[in-house]
Amino acid sequence: MLTGLGRFQVRFAGPSVSSVCVKWRRQQHGGPGATSPGGGPPGRGDCLQREKDKYDLSKFPVENIRNFSIIAHVDHGKSTLADRLLEITGAIVKTERNKQVLDKLQVERERGITVKAQTATLFYHHAGRTYLLNLIDTPGHVDFSYEVSRSLSACQGVLLIVDANEGIQAQTVANFFLAFESQLMIIPVINKIDLKHAEPERVAKQIEKVFDIPKEECIQISAKLGTNVDQVLEKVVEKIPPPRANLSDPLRALVFDSTYDHYRGVIASVALFDGWVQKGDKIMSSYTKKVYEVNEVGILRPDQYPLEKLHAGQVGYLVAGMKEVKEAQIGDTFHLQKQPVEPLTGFKPAKPMVFAGMYPVDQSEYTNLRKAVEKLTLNDSSVTVHRDSSPALGAGWRLGFLGLLHMEVFNQRLEQEYNASVILTAPTVPYKAILSSSKLIKEYGEEEITILNPCHFPDRLQVKEYLEPVVTGTILSPDDYIGKIISLCQSRRGVQRNMVYIDDHRLMMQYLFPLNEIVMDFYDSLKSLSSGYASFDYEDAGYQVADLIKMDIYLNGKLVEELATIVHREKAYSTGKAIAERLKDTIPQQLFEIAIQAAIGNKIIARETIKAVRKNVLAKCYGGDITRKMKLLKRQAEGKRRMRKIGNVEIPKDAFINVLKRQKDK
Amino acid sequence: MVKERERVTEHGGENGLSVIVVSGADMLPPGTAAALGQPLRRAVNRLVSPPLVRGSGHTSGWGLAGEQAPGQRHLDETTLHRAALYIHWPYCEKRCTYCNFNKYISPSVDHDAMRDGLVRETETLLRNSQVKEITSVFIGGGTPSLARPSTIASVLETVARATHFPHNLEVSMEANPTSAAASRLAEFKAAGVTRLSLGVQALCDHDLKILGRDHTAQEALWSLEEASKLFPGHTSVDIIFGRPGQNVESWKEELEELLALCDHHVSLYQLTLERGTALYKQVQEKVLSMPEQEAMAQMYQAARSILRKAGFLQYEVSNFAKNGAVCLHNLGYWRGRQYLGVGPGAHGRFVPLGEGKTQREARIQTLEPSNWLREVRRFGHGTRKRVQQSELDILEELLVMGLRMNEGITHQLWLQCSPGFSLQEALGDTAEVKQYLEEQLLVLDDRGLRCSWEGLALLDTLLPTLLHQLQLSYQKSVNRSLPLTCFVPQASGSTATSRT
Repeated sequence: MLTGLGRFQVRFAGPSVSSVCVKWRRQQHGGPGATSPGGGPPGRGDCLQREKDKYDLSKFPVENIRNFSIIAHVDHGKSTLADRLLEITGAIVKTERNKQVLDKLQVERERGITVKAQTATLFYHHAGRTYLLNLIDTPGHVDFSYEVSRSLSACQGVLLIVDANEGIQAQTVANFFLAFESQLMIIPVINKIDLKHAEPERVAKQIEKVFDIPKEECIQISAKLGTNVDQVLEKVVEKIPPPRANLSDPLRALVFDSTYDHYRGVIASVALFDGWVQKGDKIMSSYTKKVYEVNEVGILRPDQYPLEKLHAGQVGYLVAGMKEVKEAQIGDTFHLQKQPVEPLTGFKPAKPMVFAGMYPVDQSEYTNLRKAVEKLTLNDSSVTVHRDSSPALGAGWRLGFLGLLHMEVFNQRLEQEYNASVILTAPTVPYKAILSSSKLIKEYGEEEITILNPCHFPDRLQVKEYLEPVVTGTILSPDDYIGKIISLCQSRRGVQRNMVYIDDHRLMMQYLFPLNEIVMDFYDSLKSLSSGYASFDYEDAGYQVADLIKMDIYLNGKLVEELATIVHREKAYSTGKAIAERLKDTIPQQLFEIAIQAAIGNKIIARETIKAVRKNVLAKCYGGDITRKMKLLKRQAEGKRRMRKIGNVEIPKDAFINVLKRQKDK
Repeated sequence: MVKERERVTEHGGENGLSVIVVSGADMLPPGTAAALGQPLRRAVNRLVSPPLVRGSGHTSGWGLAGEQAPGQRHLDETTLHRAALYIHWPYCEKRCTYCNFNKYISPSVDHDAMRDGLVRETETLLRNSQVKEITSVFIGGGTPSLARPSTIASVLETVARATHFPHNLEVSMEANPTSAAASRLAEFKAAGVTRLSLGVQALCDHDLKILGRDHTAQEALWSLEEASKLFPGHTSVDIIFGRPGQNVESWKEELEELLALCDHHVSLYQLTLERGTALYKQVQEKVLSMPEQEAMAQMYQAARSILRKAGFLQYEVSNFAKNGAVCLHNLGYWRGRQYLGVGPGAHGRFVPLGEGKTQREARIQTLEPSNWLREVRRFGHGTRKRVQQSELDILEELLVMGLRMNEGITHQLWLQCSPGFSLQEALGDTAEVKQYLEEQLLVLDDRGLRCSWEGLALLDTLLPTLLHQLQLSYQKSVNRSLPLTCFVPQASGSTATSRT
């Protein structure tokens, strides 16, 4: 799997919450008892009531507000620090069980994904003043960094967490630059200093070298034990500037997150730059131009806590009868219907980078699968859905994802939460073609087209040039593995842009990669050749001209449209050979010989043969023990349901996605 | 081969489509069963068993022609009161390198306790099943020739006391071809054993060693001679092919050598690697290597040809008999008959009428001998697992087991298990099955469904498709013929059918 690829939103569908206060992040997502509009859950009401009496937010001075995020590489302690900050400020009760590890879903635990933490408003007393601290979470993972930068645009500062043992990792770098480009105040925090092998000094030097932040400015903490966490809050107040907000201007609110509640619809997280908003206001989306009536506003403590109004400089939530998360896209600006404002800059709709076909294993499950896909996309606006159909796989969809991990998580959630069984085709990236054929230009209505499905790859003769998406990849690794990493990158057509030592033996490398070269199994290869020490992240770097060709796969002479891939000409032979070998391993022996051929146009460039089964019958049914044999055969019979037929050849459903994996099973 | 082809053409019909004529006295008209209208009758139908006549299995499109068994209908309750009996002796002297059966190496076997346990459990299961007639007995293991002959005699006496015990009842026993065992064969015969299955396995000392057997080729031949004298026409030889390092030529020679000396029955097993065995480990560690699939196929086909030339009829995937010396007990399994399983880890399939049930159960006895004994002492039996079998479960087993026989699954046999749901309806209508018929791997004609000579070697590749198809057609037929197949008056509002 590809940790770090694909920004995805993992949301809780409504798990049981055993401890109301501990699992604060969960409650935000519509879990049982999570959203009682009248206040927090039982037991907390009193405390909130007192706070409400104490703080009249309408008069809260903007200079006492601080909006900040915590950014970090996976597992560097972002959620644990958030837990501690909440405890210190009294937002959640301090217990031993406030451990972020406790509240991970199966899909996240298996994949090492950090739970998408939630925005929380904290009240902090310091030097005789009360501050309103808005801890704004960046969406789950930093990847296609657009959404993250949108979230960061609601902040004035960030806590950059680095593990005292692991030091700077690829995502630390990517996160830093996002915050840096947004001109945010960056407070470096070195976490896990309680670990036996912690080297905070070494890490501080790395920070100085890579980020040009004096090492003395690093706060050394143990979020787990609470060591020096109070210093973090002090620095937040001292160093991060208050938001620039103007209460007298008309409403301008940035949507930086949204969740879906089964009963109330979309709950948008908003940061108010100007003006104020209250129940009954008619607001409009700058992007969709749709108008909504506000039903409820409030702050997140981290539970939803309704208020009369939200004011400029504040961060909170807003419910306005939106039915789909697509209506509250991250980065969009809301304003009053009657008082349009200049939207906050930089808004773009989510941009999928990986496309794959998705089909029900059994066509009779089409309707159920459609419902499941609809439900999941309701909560994840970044997945694009187009109806599609294929000769072998029937009716299905072409789905677009932000990254491969996003795709895998989506698929896994379909299987785990909706008990759906799907066939995924090999993912492709959005190639482009500049058309030369006037006929085609007329047909498409434009000169430049994006190719989402290899089947629609236009012929060389009708094209001026092809373009492929590229990314800037950042790799951090101990220098022991440098040779292997460089040859891996070269084999993936990577072009080195930069290589620096960040300390005595750790290297940071930057490469320009064609996206399709890293989308499938680059991260797995990198991890395995570096014994798990190298980390990787990447960001969009536009398109480059590429010599692309379409490679077809034939099974016993029959074209298998679903296995077609677009490859770079110089890699055609090796890819063709790899796909043929992979198919040979995936397709079971059958009653007849199967020829697998990879072809470019009419030219066969690779061939493998699966021999016909010659004998397959065994004794083993003695003493009347037929149970085991029946079990095996019934499992195989069940497998028949999951096979697809191309001509006479039966193909297991995994074959379609496995073909592009260069390694054998992980 | 030529003969075989002719037969396939003859019965395969035109265009690969077989026309099935359900007629004549030996066919069970679907309506007959439907008219019975009693749950018990329905249970009877599932288990009905024509008397096992020696030589009744020769009705296939391949192999030697044999006399056809006259179909007989036994729709009365007596069919439910018949079953075969399997007795498991769990002990061995030595562990064979390839064996993963339920067996134990024990320096001191408490023979009296085992005898009492086997007797007690036999009594209990006969009572629970209400079986009145035992149709065959098979004593397997383990190494049952290590049991005392008196133990076998006690169990058989128990059976004879509680049931009708035909004078010519087949009582098979497995024996190792060691000199020690051979010297006691006469005692076993006196105890009631009528048929011997001798685990020769190989006639090559090197291979016997690899297999971990405790006999030599010489001992095996000597034992075979002894056995054939004591059980003329009723001695079977087990032989294993596909051994590490074996080639087709040496295998042919070895088989010819064996055939010159053996009696009327040969069981031919392909060596299979089972997880957890010593052999498996050796192959994993590349100390030994198994023959390739191609070589396995050649060895199997060579053996089939050689045996056929020598006058043996292949009546099942692994079993060959001449002069009709088939193993009735094993035929019972393949035809889906009832059987009781007695002893540690023994399997059974029967309707526990004595417990007031009418649905067939798949049962397994407790595996470990001392635990099994404890349970038998306490409860009268050591049944560890019992699973009720639906009609579909029974049909699936019949399909899987029935196609192993050269006679395949006759329409009669199928309809007994499933009145109103024909083989044609179950399997005949799909492209895959039609393809198999066209390619002459399967034959579906007026006798029933069976494998061709080529198809039999590929059966395990065909079966998943057939099972899948059966499941689909069965569901369809349940949905469609709901009113027709309801025998039991349904409670109002219930959607359950008699098929579920």
